[in-house]
Amino acid sequence: MKTDTIAAIATAMANSGIGIIRISGGEAFSVIDKIYRPKKGNKKLSQAESHTVHYGYICDGEKVVDEVMVLILKSPNTYTREDTVEIDCHGGTLVQTRILETAIKYGARPAEPGEFTKRAFLNGRIDLSQAESVIEVINAQNDFALESSLRQLQGTVKEKIQGIRGKLIHEIAFIESALDDPEHISIEGYGERLMETVSELSTQISELILNAENGSLLKEGINTVIIGKPNVGKSSLMNMLAGEERAIVTDIAGTTRDILKEQVNLNGITLNVIDTAGIRDTRDVVEQIGVDRAKTYLSQADLVLYMVDSSVSFDVNDEEILSLLSGKKAIVLLNKSDLDQVTTEELVRAKMGQKQMGHPIFPISIKDGKGTKELERAIQELFFHGEISFNNEIYITNVRQKSALQSALESLSMVKQSIEDGMPEDFYSIDLVGACEELGNITGESVGEDLVNEIFSKFCMGK
Amino acid sequence: MPMSCVTENYDICVVGAGHAGCEAALACARLGLETIVFTVSVESIALMPCNPNIGGSSKGHLVREVDALGGQMGINIDRTFIQSKMLNVSKGPAVHSLRAQADKSEYSREMRRTLEQTEGLTIRQAEVTELITEDGAVKGVKTFSGAMYYSKAVVLCTGTYLKSRCLYGDVVHYTGPNGLQPANRLSESLRAHGIELFRFKTGTPARIDSRSVDFSKMQEQKGDSTVVPFSFTTNPEDVQIAQASCWLTYTNEDTHEIIRENLNRSPLYSGMIEGTGPRYCPSIEDKVVRFADKERHQVFIEPEGLSTNEMYVGGMSSSLPEDVQYRMYRTVAGLEHVKIVRNAYAIEYDCINPRQLYPSLEFKAVKGLFSGGQFNGSSGYEEAAAQGLVAGINAAMYLKGKEPLVLDRSTSYIGVLIDDLVTKENREPYRMMTSRAEYRLLLRQDNADLRLSKIGYEVGLIPQERYQWVLEKERLIEKEVDRVQHVKIGANALVQKLLEEHGSTPLKTGASLAELIRRPELSYGILAEIDKDRPDLPDEVAEQVNINIKYDGYIKRQLKQVKDFKKLESKNLPEQFDYSQVNGLRIEAQQKLNLYQPVNVGQASRISGVSPADISVLLVYLEQMYRKKQG
Repeated sequence: MKTDTIAAIATAMANSGIGIIRISGGEAFSVIDKIYRPKKGNKKLSQAESHTVHYGYICDGEKVVDEVMVLILKSPNTYTREDTVEIDCHGGTLVQTRILETAIKYGARPAEPGEFTKRAFLNGRIDLSQAESVIEVINAQNDFALESSLRQLQGTVKEKIQGIRGKLIHEIAFIESALDDPEHISIEGYGERLMETVSELSTQISELILNAENGSLLKEGINTVIIGKPNVGKSSLMNMLAGEERAIVTDIAGTTRDILKEQVNLNGITLNVIDTAGIRDTRDVVEQIGVDRAKTYLSQADLVLYMVDSSVSFDVNDEEILSLLSGKKAIVLLNKSDLDQVTTEELVRAKMGQKQMGHPIFPISIKDGKGTKELERAIQELFFHGEISFNNEIYITNVRQKSALQSALESLSMVKQSIEDGMPEDFYSIDLVGACEELGNITGESVGEDLVNEIFSKFCMGK
Repeated sequence: MPMSCVTENYDICVVGAGHAGCEAALACARLGLETIVFTVSVESIALMPCNPNIGGSSKGHLVREVDALGGQMGINIDRTFIQSKMLNVSKGPAVHSLRAQADKSEYSREMRRTLEQTEGLTIRQAEVTELITEDGAVKGVKTFSGAMYYSKAVVLCTGTYLKSRCLYGDVVHYTGPNGLQPANRLSESLRAHGIELFRFKTGTPARIDSRSVDFSKMQEQKGDSTVVPFSFTTNPEDVQIAQASCWLTYTNEDTHEIIRENLNRSPLYSGMIEGTGPRYCPSIEDKVVRFADKERHQVFIEPEGLSTNEMYVGGMSSSLPEDVQYRMYRTVAGLEHVKIVRNAYAIEYDCINPRQLYPSLEFKAVKGLFSGGQFNGSSGYEEAAAQGLVAGINAAMYLKGKEPLVLDRSTSYIGVLIDDLVTKENREPYRMMTSRAEYRLLLRQDNADLRLSKIGYEVGLIPQERYQWVLEKERLIEKEVDRVQHVKIGANALVQKLLEEHGSTPLKTGASLAELIRRPELSYGILAEIDKDRPDLPDEVAEQVNINIKYDGYIKRQLKQVKDFKKLESKNLPEQFDYSQVNGLRIEAQQKLNLYQPVNVGQASRISGVSPADISVLLVYLEQMYRKKQG
């Protein structure tokens, strides 16, 4: 049985130096031909011998995605017994996700949970005695995927997708009622109106795809906590990262009494930045609550940005904060580098040395905007090399959802084409249904009954 | 039981002689089996107790398919129609649909004549009261008089007659449709055999006397100037007859006001009716309530036949009391002085939960017991005929020890209809709609013969000669489609003139004939004069060539989808299987699968509550079983 071509990230993405993206199925080689560029020459990997390794680049058109090693494995001597390509790339969520997305863009589809294992078994690669464990893999991965897909989808995004889907279903229902009951419902001049609706909905889907590219379809990102003594400039950093005046900044120490959260995007990496109340020994009850909360957030953070005011001396409060950073992924920022340096980089390094810490240190001046680019780069590096980890399945979910949105958009452009070509109205609904099905894959709804219900509830059919 | 009761033996008993029962009985007898068909009244054979039409959107497709498989409905309506229209002609070919007005009594009489003239078919007026079974297999039926009819298979097509009652206002008639005798006893026997019953309802409008109608206040609705027959066997020349007219009028605010004022007197709103009604043919009171913002609703006044004054008030079915019926009908333009011949009424009846059936329409619980029509929870004459035909064919296949005929969703509307019935939760009478057919571009009414004749021939209902013509037609289409794709048309004066005449952009360079056919404003027919080498082909071949070329891209996409669909459809599941022993299936999936007992993985995937992951687990499990068997 000829199957379609699937792709997935085969490695656990976190904390690994190398990532593997696997593509399996009849079109595996034609997909790699479209996205692989050798270092020299223009060899086609589909022509390569089986079980050979090739060095080169994965490219999306002209754009290089990563430098990779590609394994070509021809059927049947592969895990799935199908033609298989393995792309060894840099570890880290971002690179792996981008390569997966590129493979999907050029003809593969995201694998269902446990699908490689399922194919391996169905194609006779896995022994009968392991059948039960195959089922376990399918179920475990599916539970995980189900859990992460809907849960991770931001409430507003889900509402948007359901809204778009609802409008599409309404249009289909209108066409179908008119077809089923032509003497009661007229459809004259409908194409123009539909064109407007479809264009509008296409724009909305495009926006969702853009958001998906920025990762903000998802609730979660890297939980990043800004921490430090009062009035060291934490809120200013937050504002700088968020690109707007989000936090209230004053010269009065203890201004941020509660916790401010902001989702920040650094070139595709989502940070959930939490600005905390400055940590100090305080008698102000409200401020104390803020401080306690800051400590709790710090303990849950994926990344800590510890901010030190370099123009004042390193005191007991700093000592306490520093000890909280033990075992955390953190970057130390020496702010106010524009003023006279009281607490120097050497001093802080020495303090950290006593506690056997090796966090990177950057002198910055938020006021002058000095060192901020370096900070952004440092965060990206950490992420890029897989040193910051969080629930990686989210990214895979995102790839599936993005791919579904992309297909929905394509279906809608087919609808537009049908209208432009002057096709009869019943042709519109073919691709409208297609778009609905794709969106339903994200929200977990199927078209059949929804459509019938819409027809009966919104359109009066005769007899 | 009396000592000496009538005892007879047949191959097959068909219970009911409506649209399903007639097709079932004819199929069985034509396949050489001794068949007896029971009806509560011989006068009610192929009765049309509701609307006087055959066909309509998607239902016309069903009639065509019944015809291509060797059924009778298409032939019967071609002989007895009094008006015919092809609906949706301005739309794509997939939704073109024939609808004819029937002369009801002629329709019924003609079908009865066909039954009477069919060899091996016995008509018997009697109420069947009991099912006789032995070891889980059907052995025959017993009638009210105590007579025993033994057979190897039984086809139940009881329509709306089981424990039926008709209602309007607070008046209840314990009858079948049209005041006919109901069948009050069979339900209990079915329950005793473990068969689960539903209670459904439907309704019909009043019949009025045409002499009391002022047609000058209505718009005349004529039939098509050229009539297309339903049956592929009917000579088109034979159906070009003088046609009767229908008439269009409207309800108005006065009508709606009367209805609103009297809603509390409707048995639906007072809670007297328990049955589930269909949403697609709502009563006028339903429409007024649910679509309160609509100022008027269409009303079609349609003749019931040529030899009667009775007319059908389409669009105004109701169960309001008699006095309200008079008042509301008389608010409608042209009906100011209308006389009612028969009241509108709602009817309630027993039918089965169809998930108890295999796609062959055989009961999972009782071997040799088949069923079709409204009894299976559907609605409509055409849906009934389609199921009756399949149930009849499969009863015959069962007796002959052959594989049952199962049509999948990619082959036909009949396949979609039956799959929906046996796979999906069904809480109201099921009506066919084109939107239910996901591959509708392939399932057109114009190609039903190409799709299904082979099956009809293999079953034994389509004669050799007719099948040969379909094969020849196929060959001609293929050859011409190929030719048209290779004919190059140059940008010469004759061509440009023709294009201009049809508002089509002139050619800059040459194009293939196929490319021109694909332009919306052009067609295969229009381009005849610039296509010098065109062979002389029958119209039905030319039509297929045009459609195949014009919608090529869409057709190819659907064919690809069908290929994917077939993969799961070909993976069979064991019968009477206990899914709770499959580790890894979620509990909900186990329960649903145990309840529905799907025949293949494709059907399993369409059951609500069975997820894609469950399907993966099922595939792995099947492979596991297969390998164990291989040892």
